[in-house]
Amino acid sequence: MIRFLLKGLLRDRSRSLLPLTTVVLGSALTVIGFSWTNGAMSSMIESGARFSTGHVKVMSRAYAKEADQAPNDLALAGAGALVGELAREYPSLDWTPRIVFGGLIDIPDERGETRVQGPVAGLAIDLRSPRTPERRLLNLDKAVVRGRLPVRPGEILLSDGFAARLGVAPGASATLISATMYGSLVVRNFVVAGTVRFGVAVMDRGAMIADIEDVRGALDMADSAGEILGFFRDSPYRRDEAARLAAAFNEAHRGDSGEFAPRMVSLHEQSGLAQTLDFATQVYTLMLVFFILVMSVVLWNAGLMATLRRYGEFGIRLALGEDHGRLYRSLIAEGAIVGFVGSVAGTALGLAVSYYLQNTGFDLGSMLKNASIVVTDVLRARVTPVSYVIGFVPGLAATFLGTAVSGIGIYRRETSRLAKEFEA
Amino acid sequence: MTGCVPLRVVGSFTLAVAAVLVTAGAQAPDGAAVLRRVDENMGADNKITTSEMIIRGRRGSRTVMSKSWVQGRARSFTEYLDPPREKGTKMLKLEDQLWTYTPASDRTILISGHMLRQSVMGSDLSYEDMMEDQRLVELYDAVIAGEERVGDRPCWVLALSSRGGEIAYATRKIWVDRERYVVLREERFAKSGKLLKTTEVRDVERMKNRWVPTRVIFKDALKDGEGTEFVVKAMEYNAVIPDHLFTKASLR
Repeated sequence: MIRFLLKGLLRDRSRSLLPLTTVVLGSALTVIGFSWTNGAMSSMIESGARFSTGHVKVMSRAYAKEADQAPNDLALAGAGALVGELAREYPSLDWTPRIVFGGLIDIPDERGETRVQGPVAGLAIDLRSPRTPERRLLNLDKAVVRGRLPVRPGEILLSDGFAARLGVAPGASATLISATMYGSLVVRNFVVAGTVRFGVAVMDRGAMIADIEDVRGALDMADSAGEILGFFRDSPYRRDEAARLAAAFNEAHRGDSGEFAPRMVSLHEQSGLAQTLDFATQVYTLMLVFFILVMSVVLWNAGLMATLRRYGEFGIRLALGEDHGRLYRSLIAEGAIVGFVGSVAGTALGLAVSYYLQNTGFDLGSMLKNASIVVTDVLRARVTPVSYVIGFVPGLAATFLGTAVSGIGIYRRETSRLAKEFEA
Repeated sequence: MTGCVPLRVVGSFTLAVAAVLVTAGAQAPDGAAVLRRVDENMGADNKITTSEMIIRGRRGSRTVMSKSWVQGRARSFTEYLDPPREKGTKMLKLEDQLWTYTPASDRTILISGHMLRQSVMGSDLSYEDMMEDQRLVELYDAVIAGEERVGDRPCWVLALSSRGGEIAYATRKIWVDRERYVVLREERFAKSGKLLKTTEVRDVERMKNRWVPTRVIFKDALKDGEGTEFVVKAMEYNAVIPDHLFTKASLR
């Protein structure tokens, strides 16, 4: 039977070409769309987590309410003990304290007067501890463009473009003008150890990376941290586990009613990321449904045209004694073959394009130069096992729907009137 | 400039009313005339002030002590005395420029641009507030909006609106003591009408024939906390202040 249908499809191209082309394109677009969305979301999650949100983040309750402003006057006190507690209670995560701060970098001339100034987005991380996870998380060794990573107190990194604009090179003196935890003006000298480029517009625009102990000293934040970030060790972000972890931590600290008590939030709860990711998922699901519907309509029409064109063939087959159900099922089987073959071809085409986009990526740096969210400049597709099967969903579903609807006309043919139709 | 108090309020500290001009039942004077009297009473003397600033934030309070040397309206030099972290920090204001020096960095920094809107020592005052040195009557049109009492003091309520140009507060509402011409209460508003700052004078003392507010509560309406209390500990009028103090060299 299948062999008979295959022969029919191969010999009568008008029966297979349009449906096959439709399925190939639909499947390919579905695979590319899925892989691209998956990759873009992963890039957003991973770069956002590494530079800003962590997989989970602990802040004071007061700080969490205004987290977008990084209000260091509301920072966590006793951060050392809290990091210890987190490491004991949740050993499957790496915990690292950070301070996010703003200010100005002032470059002096030879007389010590201001030569040039620029606004800076500061990030204080554990740079010098032997077991710090920060070098790995921020990929610092690879990010260095000029100079080296800080090894001595008072050394900092500046983003390479920012350093170029200020006209400073490694070894130069740079003065941070900022505010302490208590709001006092602070003017502190640092030495530029090196310059870095992360490929993340927000960080490359004007960032200063400093060791957290130096920044604690400068900002009068002894044993304090604005945020303590947690990362699942050697594994990507796991939404449900992060949410469960945050709920358990917050429940354990429910008895502490102070506004400076710690509060844990998962990546999804921060900076509207949950809405963004949920929205992206919804858009992708809608896109998939849209593909299926459009392809179904196209295949339905193709089926209707084929039914008209094969009117005589169906009549003869019915006259020869083939019942309506068998004929209808054979049409469905034809559709399934077209759907399967088209899906295989479409998936292959989609995977080829997706792998290309995964390897080369797409540089959105120029579009993201004023972005406020932490997202890598080069977005890439991401091929996962799902990419290999997702194209079959619209491919098979649309051909089935299209053929099933267009083939209903077979049941309207009455065997008793076939002879008259042939005479006509 | 005295410590962390804007010259507008510093002027209030130096206020001396020569005579009681407004008596009960007298007709309300013109708004501009009241404002002119407020400006006149601020004075432009040489003075040395030792003051204490109690900053009440969400994590508790801190006290910052400073000593200021003020020459007229345009020149001032301030040195912070306490706490130890702030000790030795100096600020110099010359006309419309403000420099700060911190011994830890041994750098003299010009405070400009958006930094002028930053808080001074974490208080409810900004550098912009400190920089304000023009007479109110030159900056604002004034109308008398009513009469109210602040505590037991009868006051004119003046509505001030900006005459244009770059100015930190588009409108203000001030309560002026009808006898002493001291501003006892003030509300400062943005162009949008949003309340930005308030001041409340709690104590006024007579010093050298002047009525001087000696305890003032400043409150940044956009910040949490209970505001910043400014207390004058000592004030010396008509002091001899050497000119070299008002140079950048004196900061180091």
